[in-house]
Amino acid sequence: MLYEQIRQNKRRTVYVLIGFVLLVLAIGAAIGYMFFNSSIAGLLMALVIAVVYSAIMIGNSTNVVMSMNHGHEITSADQAPELWHIVEDMALVARVPMPRVFIIDDPSPNAFATGNDPQHAAVAATSGILQILNREELEGVIGHEMTHVRNYDIRLQTIALALSAAISLLVNIGMNSFWWGGGRRDRDDDDNDGGYLRIIMFIVSIVLVILGPLAASIAQMALSRNREYLADAGSVELTRNPQGLISALQKISGGEPMQAADSSSAALYITDPFKNKRSFAHLFDTHPPIADRIDRLQKM
Amino acid sequence: MITSIVIIVVLVVLGIIYASLYNGLIRARTYTQESWSQIDVQLKRRNDLIPNLVETVKGYGHYEQSTLEKITSLRSQLMGVPSDDHQKAMEVSNQLSDTLKSILAVSEAYPDLKANEEYTKLMEELSNTENKIAYSRQLYNSSAASLNMKLQTFPSNMVANLHHFTPADYLQVPEEEKSAPKVSFGN
Repeated sequence: MLYEQIRQNKRRTVYVLIGFVLLVLAIGAAIGYMFFNSSIAGLLMALVIAVVYSAIMIGNSTNVVMSMNHGHEITSADQAPELWHIVEDMALVARVPMPRVFIIDDPSPNAFATGNDPQHAAVAATSGILQILNREELEGVIGHEMTHVRNYDIRLQTIALALSAAISLLVNIGMNSFWWGGGRRDRDDDDNDGGYLRIIMFIVSIVLVILGPLAASIAQMALSRNREYLADAGSVELTRNPQGLISALQKISGGEPMQAADSSSAALYITDPFKNKRSFAHLFDTHPPIADRIDRLQKM
Repeated sequence: MITSIVIIVVLVVLGIIYASLYNGLIRARTYTQESWSQIDVQLKRRNDLIPNLVETVKGYGHYEQSTLEKITSLRSQLMGVPSDDHQKAMEVSNQLSDTLKSILAVSEAYPDLKANEEYTKLMEELSNTENKIAYSRQLYNSSAASLNMKLQTFPSNMVANLHHFTPADYLQVPEEEKSAPKVSFGN
């Protein structure tokens, strides 16, 4: 069952990747069409940005994500014995190599995992979570993160993150051209040949530019929600102690929102770092409601 | 001509199936052996920690003397267990874990011991090692289960019989840890 899930994850990664790349290219073409008179130029620009971003993320995702979230690495057990030892334990029982360990100085309790594959993974915990959780609870949390590592969730999230970042960069370029008078070819207005087609293309482009980032985040979040349940189950499989994770989730849900978190990495965290304030509908939730997660854990 | 091609193809396919079954068995057996050596490493580590621990707590409370003696004797008993007797090693180890736990409990009553930096460090090391023993035992048992499953199910059991694979023993889990819940992935 678990292995099927891992394989399915790897397959889904490919689909998401293809869908995302198409979206990036479409948005690039739309921006090129609207602001630079050439959809091909936009397409090429989008391609270059997507390739560069993905390459940076795949080669160096851990460092990028960690610096976006203000994490600093610890390299020996002396610096944070309990966290280090728990990560060691969970890596041992999940049969993955020891990941790199980071601490984020933020009083809000949270944790996440990132990386490209289990051989290049990293786990981060906030100083807040280390303070309020006891050993069993922290084991539950790290077990959850280690399941993300073992199931290759981290790779999917990493690539999704790179492509959403590419989309927001493209839209920013488009917006800047708009404000700085790039404008669209007013001079062509008296040319009526194919005018309808142009209007349609223009509208499609606007829709793409506006909805593109939205579509990207919806896809990213839907992918993330399902994995959270799975990672909770995986954590219990590793620790054999649902109570630890349950009481960890209860404690975390009472914490304050994070200051140091980066918004595009929200899906990586064990619970939503922004405490849901920005979303008006569950469509945008990166995480299932904690009550639901606890409910499922209690049924195990 | 065609029949010989068919025969060759069938033989090649059978060979590939055979090889992958055999490799699966070897992998399961290696995992099991490897997870035993994980336990072994942790048992040795704990044995190395004990003299330090005994040295540190010695000065506090004379009535712990018998506990300390018990720990020392269990430690040397554990070192004397032949390396392939997994059951015996775990049995002694479980007794040792219990006795060490009672030291932990007693030390709660000595504030200056708890404030001792050396002691706190030792305690973290000790609980780390105890946890690792428990987790590697869990890993061992799940590896053993997957090996034994392969030995009993068709078609890997045929390959296993051919190569005389033997089933792995499960390690006993101490009473208090037995209440571990079953995990199901159903939604």
